[in-house]
Amino acid sequence: MFSYFETPLLAEFRRMEQEFDDLFETWAPWSGGIRSLPSGTFPAVNVGSTPDAVTVYLFAPAVDPKSFEVSLQENVLSVSGKRELATETEATYYRQERFGGTFRRIVTLPEDADPDKVEATYRDGILQISVRRRESAKARQIEIH
Amino acid sequence: MSTETQVTQSKGDGSAVAESRRAGASESVLRPPVDIYETAEGITLQADMPGVAKDRLNVRVEGNNLLVEGSIGVAPQEQMTALYADVRSTVYRRRFALSNELQTDQIDARLKDGVLTVTIPKRAELRPRRIEIKS
Repeated sequence: MFSYFETPLLAEFRRMEQEFDDLFETWAPWSGGIRSLPSGTFPAVNVGSTPDAVTVYLFAPAVDPKSFEVSLQENVLSVSGKRELATETEATYYRQERFGGTFRRIVTLPEDADPDKVEATYRDGILQISVRRRESAKARQIEIH
Repeated sequence: MSTETQVTQSKGDGSAVAESRRAGASESVLRPPVDIYETAEGITLQADMPGVAKDRLNVRVEGNNLLVEGSIGVAPQEQMTALYADVRSTVYRRRFALSNELQTDQIDARLKDGVLTVTIPKRAELRPRRIEIKS
């Protein structure tokens, strides 16, 4: 019923939004995947890969580092924690966009991720978790006697 | 006039990173989520900018606007390819229009663990004042 108020410009934006969604579903299977989380889930996650290790970045500002629980089982990395937001009592809030509460993100790592070689550091609000790859994947020189 | 090109790179393991670049303009920018509240003393703004350290933070008042800018200092390692990316930019930026009753030359800005807290007091003569009743 409210489409009566929609100007041609708004209709154009809606069409573009649809196109972007379709585009991302094809080119970025993770965003249309059946287990994918809506964009904007806290904390945001980036995963980078080098020949030696896989590094997971969680964008989690103002989280007490002690509240992070990081576990790696098989090759599934799970990070959970809690962010407490102090709400002022004698104040009028105009915007409350920041996330507060408990969270959990799960990342599936490549098969050769070594669960015994995990390092995590928290700096400037980013939790960086590096997982080294298993050595056996690398080529080995064979000696001829 | 600007031209827009879409560049899609395909990594060996099947994941893809799509970058959109507009020639002559800057890359896409992250809009940090904020909490803003007002008390009798002034206005406080808290912005989530994970990855930003003090030396890459820029907070300034331009005319009647508060401009908050910061860039992420985590350098991607050599030969690193992206397997998954929620965050596709390294720059935060957001602008807020201020009102005249704020004392912008007494801005206080703090950064801790990626959260920026900006406090701007109201001009002293405009704060609510109790009126004493003399008997």
